[in-house]
Amino acid sequence: MSDPPMITAEALVKSFGSTVALAGVDLEVERGTVLGLLGRNGAGKTTLVRILATLLAPDVGSARIAGADVLRDPQTVRSRIGLAGQYAAVDEMLTGRENLELVGRLYGLRRHEAETRASEVLERLNLTAAADRLVLTYSGGMRRRLDLGASLVGRPLVLIMDEPTTGLDPGTRIELWKFIGELVREGTTLLLTTQYLEEADRLADRVAVIERGRMIAEGSPGELKQRVGGDVLEVRSASFGDLDRLVHVLSGLGSGPPVADVREQRVTLPTADRVATLLAAARRIDESGLQIDDISLRRPSLDDVFLALTSSREPHGSAPPTKGPVTSERVVV
Amino acid sequence: MSAVPLNRAPAVAAPGTVRAHGPGAFVRDTWLMTRRHLLITRRTPQLLVLSAVMPIMFVLLFRYVFGGSIRVPGYPSYVDYLIPGILVQTVIFGASSTAVGMADDMSKGITDRFRSLPTQRGAILASRTIADVIRLTYTVALLIGVGLLVGFRMHTGVLEVAAGLGIAIFFGYACSWLFALLALAVRHTETAQLAAFLLTFPFVFAASTFTSTATMPPWLRTFADGQPVTKVVNALRALMEGTGSAARPALYALAWSVGILIVAASLATWRFRKI
Repeated sequence: MSDPPMITAEALVKSFGSTVALAGVDLEVERGTVLGLLGRNGAGKTTLVRILATLLAPDVGSARIAGADVLRDPQTVRSRIGLAGQYAAVDEMLTGRENLELVGRLYGLRRHEAETRASEVLERLNLTAAADRLVLTYSGGMRRRLDLGASLVGRPLVLIMDEPTTGLDPGTRIELWKFIGELVREGTTLLLTTQYLEEADRLADRVAVIERGRMIAEGSPGELKQRVGGDVLEVRSASFGDLDRLVHVLSGLGSGPPVADVREQRVTLPTADRVATLLAAARRIDESGLQIDDISLRRPSLDDVFLALTSSREPHGSAPPTKGPVTSERVVV
Repeated sequence: MSAVPLNRAPAVAAPGTVRAHGPGAFVRDTWLMTRRHLLITRRTPQLLVLSAVMPIMFVLLFRYVFGGSIRVPGYPSYVDYLIPGILVQTVIFGASSTAVGMADDMSKGITDRFRSLPTQRGAILASRTIADVIRLTYTVALLIGVGLLVGFRMHTGVLEVAAGLGIAIFFGYACSWLFALLALAVRHTETAQLAAFLLTFPFVFAASTFTSTATMPPWLRTFADGQPVTKVVNALRALMEGTGSAARPALYALAWSVGILIVAASLATWRFRKI
């Protein structure tokens, strides 16, 4: 591609007091592609989004959107982006149509343009029937759609969505994914933050994983999952004290080191050979006399990607047993 | 994935157009957002009615419960002394709704939405304060009506009364910026509400609002006589009741208001850029 990237960030650093939210983040998103930014709560996703949307100034570093610098030319950046937030930032006491018309006019559209544009967006998001009702009467999913609509009113070159489906029920989530998918096929460049691997999987061309303010991995969803080594063997121990022995028993079996998750009282093991690994593990556990509650094969989840990524950085870096003795109800079967 | 044909306009076509800068855009954005605030106010009439109830209760309380035992030299009828005081109190409480409204918009993400649009950011603050001053003007009008019902009489001309009300409302506008600053500091709606009330309390009550400062202990009297609420109340009283020269108190009141406006508006605008 000869086009310059639509989003670039270089060495972004942002601290709040003594908390480092971003510790030097670089980012590039090509025109017409979707970057999924994966990370847990507090990993720095929202801080990054706020900097790119000109809501927050970085301490160090720079970022450009569609060629405009977020610090030097924020007004141009704002005219080229659409932002959909974590919560539906729409006015309850206005109708859906009024919300969108106001946003359109604040983008600089004339009144009749804003009216036309609002109708188009409402139609597109299947909100025409509810357009003249107060948002107060909308369901959570409808509000989220309207919020997404508000970010589309200005025909943005770049869409930025901060956890667009967090807190939605599965049906509504899938519906929203469909809308986002349609936008993407029309060529919108999209930066999407999420906690769900499934979401990134479904929508993103590239995925970047952010942890404690740093990008710890980048690649296509498939590449990331391969880092886990295909599937995951999960063994749930019957007793908390056996986790270390279980790790020991399972070492060398999978395509990577076994990882203990103290809170879940389980050990996960990446595997490429699936059933062969399962059988071998079952034999070894049986021979060792360890008691387990469950053993299963499954597709890797975001947790596994995280665990694999963090454990490859620190050789024995499983979930740290810093929370004291685990006496949760999980111990009881 | 669905292959449903989209018989809809493409969402993404023309690149974003850069908005005009300058005073025209500022005025337009301020007007657009002021209209939004007022529309919301009109749709929550309960709030409008309830916000008028408190000052009316103060009128009844001081007129009929305490008023009988309060004597203020120069005012044969206490209600004539009382109403200008309560008008200024109303103006301040009305201005404090800026803190609540702004904190609410911030916590709901509405402010972020506006800030992510190519709007004039100053217009976000300006529209909020303008909408609030329009609302408090309504409450002031209502309160004068209630005052007249309970025996309040003005003893000057229309021009003086208008000038007095203008000074009081301008003071309210300046305070509204102060409360915007407060909202930017605390952000949280309930905290903003409580903080606004607590901050307002000493200024409203340690003043000539309800009674003469002459009977206060010296340390309190020094504060009460020097602080802006007393100046504004005295100016309004002089302009409504014709008791003594109005020029000096009016000048003090305006000076305070202009000072508060300049400082609070600059600080709030500066702070708003950084949130």
